[in-house]
Amino acid sequence: MSWHDATLAHAADVQGWRDTARGLLARRVPPEAVAWRVAGDAGAGAPAGLFDAPQPAAQPPIPPASPAHQVPAAFITLAEHALLHSEPQRFALLYRLLWRLVQEPALRHDSLDPDRVAAEALARQVRRDMHKMKAFVRFTERPTAHGPRFVAWFEPEHHIVDAVAPFFMRRFTGMHWSIVTPRRSVRWDGRALAFGPGARRDEVVAEDAQEALWLTYYEHIFNPARLKLDAMQSEMPRKYWHNLPEARLIAPLAAQARQRTDTMLSQPASVPQRRRPALPALVDGRSARDAAAGCLDCPHARHATQTVWGEGPATASVMLVGEQPGDQEDLAGRPFVGPAGQLLDRALADAGLDRGTLYLTNAVKHFRFELRGKRRLHKSPGQRELQACSRWLEQEVAEVGARRLVALGASAAQSLLSERVAVSEYRGRWLERPDGRQVLVTWHPAALLRLPPEAQAPAYRQWVDDLAQIARVSQAH
Amino acid sequence: MELKQKLAVLADAAKYDASCASSGAAPRNSLGSQGVGSTEGMGICHSYAPDGRCISLLKVLLTNFCLYDCLYCVNRVSSNVPRARFSVDEVVQLTLDFYRRNYIEGLFLSSGIIRSADYTMEQVTEVARVLREEHDFRGYIHLKTIPDASPELLARAGRYADRLSINLELPTVEGLQALAPEKDASGIRRSMARLRLLIDGARDESRPTAPRAAAGLPPKPSAAPPFARSQSTQIIVGADPADDRTILQTSGAMYASYGLRRVYYSAFSPIPDAARTLPLQAPPLEREHRLYQADWLMRFYGFEADEIAGAPGGMLDLDVDPKLAWALRHRERFPVDVNRAPRELLLRVPGLGVKAVERILASRRSRRLRTDDLARMRVPAAKVLPFVVLADHRPGRALEASSLAARLRPPPRQASLFDTAPP
Repeated sequence: MSWHDATLAHAADVQGWRDTARGLLARRVPPEAVAWRVAGDAGAGAPAGLFDAPQPAAQPPIPPASPAHQVPAAFITLAEHALLHSEPQRFALLYRLLWRLVQEPALRHDSLDPDRVAAEALARQVRRDMHKMKAFVRFTERPTAHGPRFVAWFEPEHHIVDAVAPFFMRRFTGMHWSIVTPRRSVRWDGRALAFGPGARRDEVVAEDAQEALWLTYYEHIFNPARLKLDAMQSEMPRKYWHNLPEARLIAPLAAQARQRTDTMLSQPASVPQRRRPALPALVDGRSARDAAAGCLDCPHARHATQTVWGEGPATASVMLVGEQPGDQEDLAGRPFVGPAGQLLDRALADAGLDRGTLYLTNAVKHFRFELRGKRRLHKSPGQRELQACSRWLEQEVAEVGARRLVALGASAAQSLLSERVAVSEYRGRWLERPDGRQVLVTWHPAALLRLPPEAQAPAYRQWVDDLAQIARVSQAH
Repeated sequence: MELKQKLAVLADAAKYDASCASSGAAPRNSLGSQGVGSTEGMGICHSYAPDGRCISLLKVLLTNFCLYDCLYCVNRVSSNVPRARFSVDEVVQLTLDFYRRNYIEGLFLSSGIIRSADYTMEQVTEVARVLREEHDFRGYIHLKTIPDASPELLARAGRYADRLSINLELPTVEGLQALAPEKDASGIRRSMARLRLLIDGARDESRPTAPRAAAGLPPKPSAAPPFARSQSTQIIVGADPADDRTILQTSGAMYASYGLRRVYYSAFSPIPDAARTLPLQAPPLEREHRLYQADWLMRFYGFEADEIAGAPGGMLDLDVDPKLAWALRHRERFPVDVNRAPRELLLRVPGLGVKAVERILASRRSRRLRTDDLARMRVPAAKVLPFVVLADHRPGRALEASSLAARLRPPPRQASLFDTAPP
């Protein structure tokens, strides 16, 4: 087996690795036969072994990739991150994984393969390092002849400067900045990113007048009654502290926390110096609508958004009563705005009625629902809810004074007539209430929406006929 | 008053609000502009305070003067804390200066209620407007909305903010009546419903992609969101007698009703200058932690509030996490066969997270999972093993053993003098 020396231009030369790996793969060079190096890093990355002393001085150049091997897209992303790790064996590991992905098709599904697990661990550490760089880079402002320049010092663990720089470019486009690390630096002047060598900390670090304000903020956003240093350190490990100006406050703040809390707890309540202006007394004789808004007579009033009161002209001669508000009605605070309401609008138009001349309301004023995960499913009101809300409905009937009431569905009929009425039996008929008001019984639009498609059209025609009766009696009077 | 002093007072006033997240914004950046700012979906925590909470936004109040007298609140009208008020420009300048130094992801602005709900809301919105329109600021903005503010102002605030929130404060209507008599529980819900309709409406008519300036160039990202993408709320835990079940039921209903992105649980914290009627106490931090875990189970694991807080008394177990507590109460549902069980059952195994379950499902296509595969997935084996069957493992009688619960509970810990000592 002959040795192949693969040399990359620099430690973060992902493109170079890709080209080389592709060439090696095309020539079917097995991973054991490749020694990976980075230019300028003497010997780094070569496998140490008994037989590695004599290596061929010159090799044929690796040809550019010929047949493209299909590898999963997820591998490319994995490699782009794992290759930035400071671990010297990363190039060899990733090439071995690539080789195996081509040889063993089942590997792409096996997320527990040791090589894959190892590569993912590298990628994860690189991503964490990149994330911490986005979080913990701290710019200080320097005045220059061409306006302010923002300069930061950061110490990443891995070769991530090139990979993270575009993030800072997208974020701080309107600003001139540089980020300097021990091994590499990057500069943005508003037009292009320029990479260069690293530098020393003392060449970069400087104070910024704004730092004092930042420290003030840090000190005061901390709640001493909730000291949790472990939680803090798991997200902001100590190795980052020496570059974070606020970190020098951690020890004193923590030390004072218990004492501050104890002092706070031991102090008696003080006498207020300021008093709020007296609230206006609640006005008696509120309308039924206002009174109902605060009603908690049944349990779901707590979870519904609001009471949905009726709407329409106060002098309407016909009042349509539905069952209860649904999801959309609950959010909007208006009756019949959801899918059932839209069907009702259509039927009213087909029956020759103008919605604006009618008063529309519901027997029950709160949306009653059952939670199914993140959805609210309509739940029909029971005896208890109809009972609890009947006083509100009756007050509304009295306030509007409509002589003719239309019960849409069984619940509304039961509420208006104080007895159970089979809609299928009484549909299309006018019944009389003890107070002399006439009640027309018909379907609720939601019932039509629940019918199988073939039954919908005939039912809709019957329903429009029922509603058309309203138009006829209104004209007769 | 000097700016630094104002910042101290108004950050102090904001530190009891739990929310801090800066994720979920529509992706945008400042390329092609003279401004700064970007959002890339996931927010970034730029620092951590010694209370373990992340600092990702400049979280301040515009003013801590307030007309209301909510007993749990340090800014209530009858509290004797020092007061201050920022000008609109001061907040704008602080936000930009902090942002340029990469201290923060953006601004979280709240306010005490002065003059009227609408006046206050206008001032809060004005800060966001100046940042977006005059400084082309493209970072994250979260505005706390004032519950009774007019629908037009809510709609306006939503044009500048990535997220809006309204604090529910207390889980029950009765709790709110007792501790915050001027706040109207149904007013808060009505505002949330309004926001949901606005957020949904903006999503439905999401604008067509802008025409490309030149071939190959992506459309210029917009500076400001068309409308806030999400809303959140906060519930104070432990200031009133509501139990965990009630709190979780309320949250469950909030998520379903208003499509909330997050419910934040804020352990009631002792505040300086506390009201007489509210007993001072240490904050129930562990309870808050368990509620967050339970909330997570509701959002990502298919649990219902009643299942999680199903123990008699309606309180979550403080010793073990809610999923383990549920599993210990429902041993008849276990063991689960890792090599065959459907996703929903795997998600109910203590110690298996969403990611681990995804990996199990993917790996099952090519191998039978064994005990050491669990180790490679970095899941806590001691917690998982009693509840699962693997190719080389059966829990046997361990699952029935009455000692199981005792073994999985953390060992009793000696209280230490150094528990809260600095590191």
